[in-house]
Amino acid sequence: MAQTIGVPKETAAAEKRVATVPEAVEKLIKLGFKVVVQSGAGDGANCADDTYRAAGAGIINTAAELWAASDIVFKVGVPTPEEVDLMREGGTLIGFIWPAQNPELMQQLAAKKATVLAIDSLPRVLSRAQKMDALTSQAGVAGYRAVIEAANAFGRFFNGQITAAGKVPPAKVFIAGAGVAGLAAIGTAAGLGAIVRANDTRAEVADQVVSLGGEFVKVDYEEEGSGGGGYAKVMSEGFQQAQREMYAKQAREVDIIITTALIPGKPAPRLITAEMVKSMKPGSVIVDMAAERGGNCELTEPGQAVVKHGVTIVGYTDLNSRLAKQSSTLYATNLFRLAEELCKTKDGIINVNMEDDAIRGLTVVKQGGITWPPPPIKLAAPPSAKLAVAPPKAHGHGASAAPASAKSTAITFLVAALLFLFIGAYAPAAFLGHFTVFVLACFIGYMVVWNVTPALHTPLMSVTNAISSIIAIGALVQVAPPVTGGVDRPETWILGLAVVSIALTTINMFGGFAVTRRMLDMFRK
Amino acid sequence: MSSSIATVSYIGATILFILSLGGLSHPESSRRGNLYGILGMTIAVLATVFGPQVTTQGYAWIIGAMVVGGSIGLYAARTVKMTQMPELVALMHSLVGLAAALVGYANYIDPAASGHLQGVEKVIHEIEIYVGILIGAVTFSGSIIAFCKLSGRIGGKPLLLPGRHWLNLLGLLIILYFGREFVHAESIEAGMKPLIIMTVVSLLFGIHMVMAIGGADMPVVVSMLNSYSGWAAAATGFMLSNDLLIVTGALVGSSGAILSYIMCKAMNRNFISVIAGGFGTGGGAPAKAKGDAEPVGEVVSISAVETAELLRDAKNVIIVPGYGMAVAQAQHTVFEITKLLRGKGVNVRFGIHPVAGRMPGHMNVLLAEAKVPYDIVMEMDELNEDFPDTDVTMVIGANDIVNPAAQEDPTSPIAGMPVLEVWKAKTSIVMKRSMASGYAGVDNPLFYKENNRMLFGDAKKMLDEVLVALKS
Repeated sequence: MAQTIGVPKETAAAEKRVATVPEAVEKLIKLGFKVVVQSGAGDGANCADDTYRAAGAGIINTAAELWAASDIVFKVGVPTPEEVDLMREGGTLIGFIWPAQNPELMQQLAAKKATVLAIDSLPRVLSRAQKMDALTSQAGVAGYRAVIEAANAFGRFFNGQITAAGKVPPAKVFIAGAGVAGLAAIGTAAGLGAIVRANDTRAEVADQVVSLGGEFVKVDYEEEGSGGGGYAKVMSEGFQQAQREMYAKQAREVDIIITTALIPGKPAPRLITAEMVKSMKPGSVIVDMAAERGGNCELTEPGQAVVKHGVTIVGYTDLNSRLAKQSSTLYATNLFRLAEELCKTKDGIINVNMEDDAIRGLTVVKQGGITWPPPPIKLAAPPSAKLAVAPPKAHGHGASAAPASAKSTAITFLVAALLFLFIGAYAPAAFLGHFTVFVLACFIGYMVVWNVTPALHTPLMSVTNAISSIIAIGALVQVAPPVTGGVDRPETWILGLAVVSIALTTINMFGGFAVTRRMLDMFRK
Repeated sequence: MSSSIATVSYIGATILFILSLGGLSHPESSRRGNLYGILGMTIAVLATVFGPQVTTQGYAWIIGAMVVGGSIGLYAARTVKMTQMPELVALMHSLVGLAAALVGYANYIDPAASGHLQGVEKVIHEIEIYVGILIGAVTFSGSIIAFCKLSGRIGGKPLLLPGRHWLNLLGLLIILYFGREFVHAESIEAGMKPLIIMTVVSLLFGIHMVMAIGGADMPVVVSMLNSYSGWAAAATGFMLSNDLLIVTGALVGSSGAILSYIMCKAMNRNFISVIAGGFGTGGGAPAKAKGDAEPVGEVVSISAVETAELLRDAKNVIIVPGYGMAVAQAQHTVFEITKLLRGKGVNVRFGIHPVAGRMPGHMNVLLAEAKVPYDIVMEMDELNEDFPDTDVTMVIGANDIVNPAAQEDPTSPIAGMPVLEVWKAKTSIVMKRSMASGYAGVDNPLFYKENNRMLFGDAKKMLDEVLVALKS
């Protein structure tokens, strides 16, 4: 019996996203599931009930009915206690849970004997988990939107222009934190033509910043800031001092600051002080993407856009809902990929396989038992270590090759000299003449062919093949040579061999040139 | 025609042949190069036929043989499919080899050719005959086997006899021994026996040599046989004291040798090891020994429609064709897709690995046949640096030439082989029938990379679907 996936309308006030979209519904149905959607669930994300219906989903009017009808519920926002009450005993819930922040919710879910997969608890270090990584997909959308919000609040162009009405300088954007959201913001801002700088405590992201068109600003202090799992960690006091100085300097120079710095399980780090905001040019914009967790800027008011000291500080916490269609589509794909992992048999029945590292990490409640936090994942040897080994090896190989090749050259010359000496000592004059011609021709061939472009290797081969039918001449001179004085020749044999040879080589001659011509005619610009 | 005029004509023909090879350096001058070749050949043949060495009784025979041979040749050239080019070239090499051997025999049994020679000159002449027939026979049988392998008449797998190096050595010793017998033979009749034995051994040697070489090493084999056919002509030239044959043979021989060298370098392999055969299976089992280096990650498949979407949204696309494209005859569809994308302003280019396909330049010819403009068909070195700026790379039926293990895994059997760095593109799509490993028997970590997608199925069929999706 195929299980039913239910998608309720999100209940949080500003939430416009929906957990699945019609395109994903079709794919889920292909996996064998039945899908029901609460009426109006997709309205905020421009997915009308009819489009769900067209994709094969059933539409249910009330949340209570929907929860009751669903074996598995796909949600975006953290469920409210009321929603959990509606949940079927022993049902499955997939969505954002944040188990560390919501212990009561966890207890409530456990009491319902539920199985809960928290998409936020996905072990992100597993490469195959990436397709299910909703944090990444949502952060990417938020990063994009943050730039759009900044552009909206900013009074000038992003890109520099030289117009009849004067020269416009490009906007300078500084992005604090180069995680997924930060990188998306860098790419978007650079795409709009701004000068983008970015900083992150993890030095290894510098390349990614540059690859997206940004400039990496270093903190003048040595410390490794990678806290594992792709997150940053809390830095030492000395580092923080150096970092503050760098931020203060950037604040004076740039027009727009977008902050994305988060540390798991901790309030957002305070990066931008009131002093720094004051030092910014009037009309500047700060978008604080960490507003929900207290904000990276001292003056941020979560959920609001405020103007302080002439600087617009955007603290929206619903950046994803402000791009609801895109966020929902990506989220729906993440959940579909998860459903694929859960239902490898494609029969519409999920199997929560706790042996699977990714599923194990996701599952925070299993049939009423709390399974969070998961045991640490044992990863295979990190690939970066392997990469580091290869280059020095290659270098060593190259270094040793050079003298060896000189040695082999010397040997070649020695052998050639001996060979020539031998030939010179024994061969008759007539042979030497031919030999000279032969050696020189080899060199000419070498010089001429060396320049041939690889694209023409096949025509070259067929033309040299045609030319090698010059051997016909050898046969021609044997057909009927002027015989002097009664030498007894086995005429018939020789004639037969020669005629056959001529026929064979002419096949080659005509065929080779003709096919070369055919090929060369095809090469055109 | 006097002997001097014949000689001068020969010089003219020689120059034309050199110009012909030189002309093939660039597509612009290549057609003229071919014309020079035809002209040179015509001059050489006419000068010989009307020269002092052919009397009028021979004309009828010569014309008859040439008409027969010429028509067969032209017919074959007209009808051959471009995907069959490697076979045709191999077959033609065999003809040259056979002709060289026959001319050698004819020359040997002709007392008028060698009767006046004495002492060292006679010995040298006989060595020339012997070597000429030897090379001719090896070229002949080797090319026949190469032809059979390329046309699928026999399997592409290397056939490895136990102790094959010893067999080869034994063959060489036999050839040397009978060479001595041959030179010391008192009469032509006495010399026939060692000559025939040597021919048989050479034929076997040629068969054995090519049988031991597997499918992906075929570019080396084909160009090596090309080289041999040249050396056979040069040996015949020595035998007949004909400078034109020597020069032309040497030109062809060295050009084939250079091509072989280029092919070997493109695979980061030693010429000897290719000829010795059995790549990936000789010297223990290197592919199996690296259990700890199993690729990490997961294979993500993709549909033709999704591929079309990726292509449509891309700005830079590089297509990397391999032998699979030739097998599936997909080059025309590839070009249709290319044309469509270029029409939309997408920068589409082709990346050709030197050993892609079964003969040097195989892919270029196929793409040219499909009317892909040659200025968007790039060599590996020309665009390897551009992959990081590329949105989508499509790998069509290629495997080892895009294997990152060649760079990343020093224990891999193909370590150090230059490869197209397709994995550096934002997304790579590999079209393949299944997850089977390539010719080298090495698993390809590319398939497991995060930014790689697999499009499983027959290349032609899948590309047709991509094309339909792109058009809609």
